[in-house]
Amino acid sequence: MLQAVALGCSRGERRLFSDLNVKVDRGTLLAVVGENGSGKTSLLRIFSSLLPPEQGLVLWEGQDIQQLKELYSGQLTYIGHLNGIKDDLTPLENLMSSMSLAGEPCSTNGAREALEAIGLKRPIHHLPSKVLSQGQKRRVALARLWLSTRPLWLLDEPFTSLDTAATGVVTQRLHTHLQGGGLAVVVTHQEVALPAETVQRLRLTG
Amino acid sequence: MNGSSIWEAVSGIVRRDLLLAMRRRSDAAMSVFFLVIVASLFPLGVGPEPAVLRTIGPGVLWVAALLACLLSLNRVFTADYLDGVLEQMVLIPQPLPVLVVGKVLAHWVISGLPVVLLSPLLGLQFGLSGESLGVLVSSLLLGTPTLSMIGAIGAALVLGVRGSGLLVALLVLPLYVPVLIFGAGAVTSSMAGIGGEANLSLLGACLVLSLFLAPWATAAALRIALE
Repeated sequence: MLQAVALGCSRGERRLFSDLNVKVDRGTLLAVVGENGSGKTSLLRIFSSLLPPEQGLVLWEGQDIQQLKELYSGQLTYIGHLNGIKDDLTPLENLMSSMSLAGEPCSTNGAREALEAIGLKRPIHHLPSKVLSQGQKRRVALARLWLSTRPLWLLDEPFTSLDTAATGVVTQRLHTHLQGGGLAVVVTHQEVALPAETVQRLRLTG
Repeated sequence: MNGSSIWEAVSGIVRRDLLLAMRRRSDAAMSVFFLVIVASLFPLGVGPEPAVLRTIGPGVLWVAALLACLLSLNRVFTADYLDGVLEQMVLIPQPLPVLVVGKVLAHWVISGLPVVLLSPLLGLQFGLSGESLGVLVSSLLLGTPTLSMIGAIGAALVLGVRGSGLLVALLVLPLYVPVLIFGAGAVTSSMAGIGGEANLSLLGACLVLSLFLAPWATAAALRIALE
C-alpha cells in the first residue's frame, strides 16, 4: 500500500500542491490527471523517491520511503517521460541491460518475448535504437513491464506516442498487474480503459 | 542486499559502458589521440636537445595525461542524464555510491588505461631511461584512477548546467594539482637517482582517499542534479 500524507511541493516560487492525502491499495491504480505544469510529474518523482518531498511523507506499507531507501527501490518499476534507452544499443540490449541494472536480470528469450508482446517484431530487435520511431522507443521502454515482478509501477505518460493497438496492449498488461495484487500510479491525459472500481482519479489543479 | 548482487550491479554498469564505448570508438579514442598529439608536438617545438627534453619530459607527459582525462570527463554522466538512464540508475536497489564506482571504473578503463599503456612509448620521445619509464607507468597507474574519481565529483556537480565543460575544468583542476605534483615528481626524482618511492606512496594515499570519499560526494551531487 502506497500512501501520501500531507504532501506538499513547490518548484521555485510556485506552489504546485499542498496538503495532499491519497492512498493507493493493492489491486488499484491511481490515475493522476491535470493541466500541463500542475505538478503531475513532480508528484510521481516524489513517489519514486527521486525528489524528496518538501512537506509530508510518502509511506510504503506504513514505512517512510526516505528511510527505506534501497529497500523501497527494490519494490518499484519507474518509467519516466524520458525512455531511458541508449541510442547506440539495440532494443534487446537496452531491455536486458536495464533489467539487470534494476536487479531483475532476464534471459535473452525472456527479453525477446517481452518485446514481441508489446508489438516489436524480431527484425527490429537487432537494429540500433536510434533508427526507431518515437513510438517504437516508447515500446522498448515499456517492454520492461512484461518482465517486472515489482509490486509498484510508476508510469509517466505511458501512452504518449503509442498507437491504439499498443495502448490496448499496455492497458491489458496493467490490468493483469492489478489483478495479481500489484498497484500502479499513472500520470496520463487519456482515460485508462480499466474497470471503474480499480481506478482512482486524482486531479491536480496547480 | 548482499555482496554478490552489489558485484552484479557494478559489473553490469561496467559492461554496458564498455559496450557503448565500443559502439562509439571515436569518442573513446579522442582523449588518447589528444595525449599522443600533445606529447609528440613538444619535442618538435622545443627542439631535439636531449638534456632539455629529459628535464621537461615527466611534467609534459603528466600534464598531457591530466588534460586528456579532463577532456573525457563530460561524458561520464551527461549522456545518461539526457536520455533518462541516470534516473533508472539512481533507482536501482543498491546504494548509489556503488553505482558511481562502476561508472568511474568504466571511465578509467576507457580513457585512463590507454593513457597508462601508451605512456612508455611517449616517454621514449623524451629520452627517459628504462627505470624512469617504469616509474612513469606506475605513477600513471596510481594517478589516473584518482583523476577519474575526483573528476566524477565535478562531472556530477555540473550536470544540466550550460557551459559545463569549462566549469568542470575550473572545479576539478585545483584538486588535480597534488596528483600532478606527486606524479611528475616521482619520475623526476627517479631520474635524479633518489628513487620515486616517496612520491608513489603519496599517489597511492591520494588514490585511497579519493576511493573512500569521491563515490559519496558524487552520489550526493547526482541526487541534487536529478531533483
